[in-house]
Amino acid sequence: MTSISPAPDLSWTRKLSRPEDLAAYRNQLIAEQHPDATRILVCCGTGCKALGALHLLAAMKQAVADANLDVKVAPLVKRTGCHSFCSRGPMLAIQPQDIFYQKLKPSDAAEIVQETIIGGKLIPRFLYKPPGAKQPIEKRSEIPFFAAQTRVVLERVGQIDPFDIRDAIAWGAYSGLAKVLTEMQPKEVIEEMKISKLRGRGGAGFPAGLKWESCARQPGRHYVICNGDEGDPGAFMDASLMEGDPHAVLEGMAIAAYAIGSDRGFLYVRMEYPLAVQTLSNAIRQAEDLGLLGQNILGTGFNFKVSVSTGAGAFVCGESSALMSSLEGKVGRPRPKYIRSTEKGFRDSPSNLNNVETYANVPKIILNGGAWYASMGTERSSGTKVFSLTGNVNNVGLIEVPMGTSLRHIVYDIGGGIPNRKELKAVQTGGPSGGCIPIPKKFLDINVGFGKLAEIGSIMGSGGMIVMDENTCMVEVSRYFIHFLVEESCGQCTPCREGLTQMEDILTRITRGEGRDGDIELLEEIGNFTNSFSLCGLGTSAANPVLSTIRYFREEYEEHIRDRKCKAGVCKALYHLEILPDVCTGCGVCKKRCPAKAVTGEKKEPHLIHQELCIKCMECYRNCKFDAIAIR
Amino acid sequence: MSESVTCCEQPEIDFVVLDRIIQEEYGGRREAMIMMMQAIQRQYRYLPEEALIYLSLSIGVPLTKIYEVATFYASFSLIPKGKHILHVCTGTACHLRGSGGMVQHVAQKLGIEPGQTTPDMKITLETVNCLGACAMAPIVVLDETYHPQSTVGLINELIDPILAE
Repeated sequence: MTSISPAPDLSWTRKLSRPEDLAAYRNQLIAEQHPDATRILVCCGTGCKALGALHLLAAMKQAVADANLDVKVAPLVKRTGCHSFCSRGPMLAIQPQDIFYQKLKPSDAAEIVQETIIGGKLIPRFLYKPPGAKQPIEKRSEIPFFAAQTRVVLERVGQIDPFDIRDAIAWGAYSGLAKVLTEMQPKEVIEEMKISKLRGRGGAGFPAGLKWESCARQPGRHYVICNGDEGDPGAFMDASLMEGDPHAVLEGMAIAAYAIGSDRGFLYVRMEYPLAVQTLSNAIRQAEDLGLLGQNILGTGFNFKVSVSTGAGAFVCGESSALMSSLEGKVGRPRPKYIRSTEKGFRDSPSNLNNVETYANVPKIILNGGAWYASMGTERSSGTKVFSLTGNVNNVGLIEVPMGTSLRHIVYDIGGGIPNRKELKAVQTGGPSGGCIPIPKKFLDINVGFGKLAEIGSIMGSGGMIVMDENTCMVEVSRYFIHFLVEESCGQCTPCREGLTQMEDILTRITRGEGRDGDIELLEEIGNFTNSFSLCGLGTSAANPVLSTIRYFREEYEEHIRDRKCKAGVCKALYHLEILPDVCTGCGVCKKRCPAKAVTGEKKEPHLIHQELCIKCMECYRNCKFDAIAIR
Repeated sequence: MSESVTCCEQPEIDFVVLDRIIQEEYGGRREAMIMMMQAIQRQYRYLPEEALIYLSLSIGVPLTKIYEVATFYASFSLIPKGKHILHVCTGTACHLRGSGGMVQHVAQKLGIEPGQTTPDMKITLETVNCLGACAMAPIVVLDETYHPQSTVGLINELIDPILAE
């Protein structure tokens, strides 16, 4: 990985020794920014970085320097966190002109500076064009993917340079902390949190205010812990927050520390997120340099020290008691919760653990009031929620919407629908312990919230949302998740350890075409048993992928077992591919694409797949423009 | 050094480096043991037995406890890794776009299972649960360089030159 040190040195800066100093410093920083300056914001989130965004950033900086602009205010090229429209990367935004350029290469930099920055002209081929549309969209704010969102917790992500605290302060970071330190008693902070009805964003949805209150009541040294062990595959909300706006998370933790009476905090981050570790560690150092974290914060006598710890690759460590055990340097095994962590958690002391997104919401609640927050979303699920929208959907990326938004709005208005003329089949929420919601049948208009998702057999989880099209086999998806959980089960309690292994065996058999009568009933029995008698939250939801797919896609299981058919074309033993002679135009694409040389045919004549040679890689199926290849 | 026959050369353990990791970076705190082990693994690309014995003595944690931690967490390895490490992401988004087939392909091509290293110690094949770059699915990472929207063909282009070295 390219390692550049993007952080400015602030150790020379004067410490902010009074709460008023923060407001004055903020005003000074805003005044230093020229209002007319063009800002070129280059997305350097994990996704775009993988596509070479750092090279684009360097090229843009070079191009601006080379252009030797004869203007009063030089354009500012800024490295930012995730712009969230991940399927369009590498990308950049130009403000205040409201321009969005996508799918860029470093070699495009000079042209952008010449044409757009100097010439003031848009370059149409870099603009976003919705699937099927003829004209590109000129303004960033008019692109449906952005326009249909409500960005509260993600407000600064993609706008600020996450490596420069001055940028965050100019955007209001730490004003919430200054407010609680000067104007509010700890009890009032907790009261405000209760009014906001903010529920934990990690999955279980426990009201944050209540948790803080019960922790504050306990005697002894208190700890504030942030769960950044975002283990659900297909979920990257917390990663983007930590990478794009680390100060929001730190400020939220500091406010929690003030409310519950703690002076020590830990951030537990997945080791698979090296960029998040880097941004957070840097953010802590800069905040300490300015006197916003550490000893005697803003001269008020309040102390709060935070450190970053990394996980070592264990999904179960996302469970709160396992995480605390891992923080203590031990193996991460959940413990029974007769005694809550708020009483006896990390180091057997009262510990308040919340998720990254939960903490990041806190400063906004403090600044705008709990009632403001509760006015968003639904009665039982207040506020907004960030989802990572992935899978078979046109606009893959990170979205933030008010709780209670319909799946239709998420998948079609924001997500832009399903690519390649396919049918939407299901939406999977809640990670491996979540469930698959069948869409066309009945649930497209359900409003996404904690209660509603539980009602239909899934969970909110931390916010992964995976869209599945007609070519997804639900039996295979269920086998995939169970396999994942078999690998990740900590193994201390029998229902989870043995139940999952047995379910995986049965599912593997079914997907190989060796299913037997009674398998479905047996899966239900084992699944219900596992969910009823496991020790921790992961075990008691482990069978959800199986149970929810059986509940809604039972006929697909039956087809696999009885008819030995996989209509989705995934389980290789259970289908074959055929070319429909009356649809095939003989264009020859399949013949050229086939790596096994299993397709024969003359130009403009119907082609033929030789079954004995076909390896079912689906290359022909995916590339046929005439839908002439059928799964049988 | 033990006299037992092993598959490969044991690395020379530098106790000054270990002391720097254990005492200077993490202050000898038992709670930081996982991070110390990560630093040791970064140094040697796996956890050499001798280094763990030294860790056990330094921070006063029984070797069995260290072994428990080393085998519980997926990122630790008690056997040496290859010169190059190929990670194939098998997160849900990557899985839906065919990463399972890619793992199978590489495993067959190299004649090893995920988690194993080729006998010539050139390549280790690993799977990873999710890298959080789902829009780029399926994604493979060779020695920390991300290769988005991978295909079997692209993986061949990556590993063929290594095998030919």
